[in-house]
Amino acid sequence: MTSQHKKDSIAALANRLRWNIGDNFHDKLTEGIYADAADIASRAVHQQGEPRNATMDSKIDSIVTSKTWGFPIMIGILAVILWLTIEGANVPSGLLFNLLIDTMYPILKGFSSQLGIAWWIDGLLIDGVYLALAWVIAVMLPPMAIFFPLFTLLEDFGYLPRVAFNMDALFKKSGAHGKQALTMSMGFGCNAAGVIATRIIDSPRERLIAIITNNFSLCNGRWPTQILIAVIFIGVLVPDSMSGLVASASVISIALLGIGFMFLTSLGLSKTVLKGEVSTFTLELPPYRPPRVWQTIYTSLIDRTLIVLWRAIVFAAPAGAVIWLVSNIEIADISIANHLIEWLNPFGLFIGLNGVILLAYIVAIPANEIVIPTILMLTVANLKMAGLGEGSGVMFELDSAMETSNILSAGGWTLLTGVNLMLFSLLHNPCSTTIYTIYKETKSWKWTTVASILPVIMGFVVTFLVAQVWRLFL
Amino acid sequence: MKTHSEEACTDCTFHNTEGLKKLGVNTSEVDFVVALAGNPNTGKSTVFNALTGLRQHTGNWPGKTVLRAEGGYSYGSKKYKLIDLPGTYSLLSTSEDEEVARNFILFGKPDVTVIVVDAARLERNLNLVLQVLEITNNAVICLNLLDEAKRHKITVDERALARDLGVPVVGTVARTQEGIPALLNTISKVAQGEIICKPHRVKSLSKPIEESVNELTKKIEVQFPGLPNSRWVAFRLLEGDQRITNAITTNELSELIDV
Repeated sequence: MTSQHKKDSIAALANRLRWNIGDNFHDKLTEGIYADAADIASRAVHQQGEPRNATMDSKIDSIVTSKTWGFPIMIGILAVILWLTIEGANVPSGLLFNLLIDTMYPILKGFSSQLGIAWWIDGLLIDGVYLALAWVIAVMLPPMAIFFPLFTLLEDFGYLPRVAFNMDALFKKSGAHGKQALTMSMGFGCNAAGVIATRIIDSPRERLIAIITNNFSLCNGRWPTQILIAVIFIGVLVPDSMSGLVASASVISIALLGIGFMFLTSLGLSKTVLKGEVSTFTLELPPYRPPRVWQTIYTSLIDRTLIVLWRAIVFAAPAGAVIWLVSNIEIADISIANHLIEWLNPFGLFIGLNGVILLAYIVAIPANEIVIPTILMLTVANLKMAGLGEGSGVMFELDSAMETSNILSAGGWTLLTGVNLMLFSLLHNPCSTTIYTIYKETKSWKWTTVASILPVIMGFVVTFLVAQVWRLFL
Repeated sequence: MKTHSEEACTDCTFHNTEGLKKLGVNTSEVDFVVALAGNPNTGKSTVFNALTGLRQHTGNWPGKTVLRAEGGYSYGSKKYKLIDLPGTYSLLSTSEDEEVARNFILFGKPDVTVIVVDAARLERNLNLVLQVLEITNNAVICLNLLDEAKRHKITVDERALARDLGVPVVGTVARTQEGIPALLNTISKVAQGEIICKPHRVKSLSKPIEESVNELTKKIEVQFPGLPNSRWVAFRLLEGDQRITNAITTNELSELIDV
């Protein structure tokens, strides 16, 4: 009891003193610290002549954060990065296909038949797991190895805070926190990382908005899907020389559309279930720093590309096995995959997609990266295409985007399916890692459910509307 | 007044192990715990990488290190654990990142706190330095980005700065590893008590505030003898910090000293 009394008396004394000082202790203390800091700095710092770089920085800033040029420059930079990725990834992707699928796959098959391995083990491991892995590596590694270092160089240069600065006003108008621009940028890399990054937002209301809407940042698992579909369906609408440009433009449109949905959803949330004041904050524009190119390329390869690729591989291996199984286990002479596709088809076609895409998205909930391989594999399995692959449920060899395109058109795909797949890839549930991260950050099943379901509903609505308008006018 | 054995305690392997464990730091097989504090964008994460040899990517934007990052290194025959705290401009407000940094320095009681400052923007960086020096005695200033300061034609008198702040100052260009060996050496000397810090305490306070702080500090010292940062605790109480008020009424504060 006595010790409790003593401790209370410190609090009591503090309270009494606080009454005496008044409520501006914080300001007075801050003033004192600033005065000491100025005093010490004046003795230690010597400035010789005029600093030049500072004015250089502000000159750059006056352009990249200006009302007129800010947004065009932002879109322009993104366009250049995407164009380099699309153009640059083609050749190495083809080489990887040649190596992993044209060369390695038959060798592996030959080995297993020589060893007399049972057909189902051979199928599960080589036609399922190996091909899924080969596909993911060939599709994902080249674009990531180009996209991430470029994005990282931009980040190191100090451009991201300028993006935040440009978008601050828009976020405020949507009733969200300006720092959400930074978490949005993180989301372009990975939504789970973006959700964790929302910790820089102090207000719980604005943080929830940032968490729920982070999924509208197109993440790296979805960039390759967007790029591939854009090349196949939209790039081919124009002459060859223009196709890279047009494909990048369509991917940028999807990314910008995502940002648009982020604003709309933020606005909707802040006007309804998450009402409240917008906080103000200070954002420092850090000095521009010349990035150390080689080190950046090295670290972004190690840190991002390989980690993301590894994650994709970890999820693709079991997915490959699952796809092979559902394509090869038959109920009433029809494979499970076909049953599911037939069952999902009416709804899929209704919203301008198809049963294969919907099933692929269900299989790919663990990781968005494996959507395209799954779609292709299921398409072949569903059609029982002759001459493509050894049997049903085999991921087949594709030398170019053109061949992918042939498969997909044979599967009944149209330009509408492609466009709607791009839209649905933007607007669907976050991957399982992100969902888990959202739960860890919010500790709330309610908000985790909202964040997971809301984008899917929006995806269905948007693809439905697009399909209706498309069928009406085209 | 202090006996030799008391000083040895604050330096020894198991010093404040419990407090650190509570903050989620694995202190097994580590001789010293070093915290890395600093404003955003001072190259803190680069210093972290330079010290630990980790090649984590470091972005040029504020708020990158939201979580504590941990790494380790050994120097001499001692093992060090390095904790990269979120970059903050101050320790006086209530945002989550500042709270992480503040509570770690206060309750984790690292053996050494390295404060990374931007040599080209020293005055503004000193605000945080002075606040950290109110909390902890054992600190090293890492005067980073000397190359950038040079481009801005700014020179910093390291000796004058060290004299005024009462803690060692080491100039570095972490991106190129320049000055990192000296930094490692200085950290080890402070950790092992070869360098004794006499950190600057804020002087420019108005009289009534200074008196209130002193009165409360004395009272705290009487009840929590051996608390190294009673003056900071007084600051926080006068500001009405709920976490610290709770730490007084529950037994958290005295637990810290007992260890």
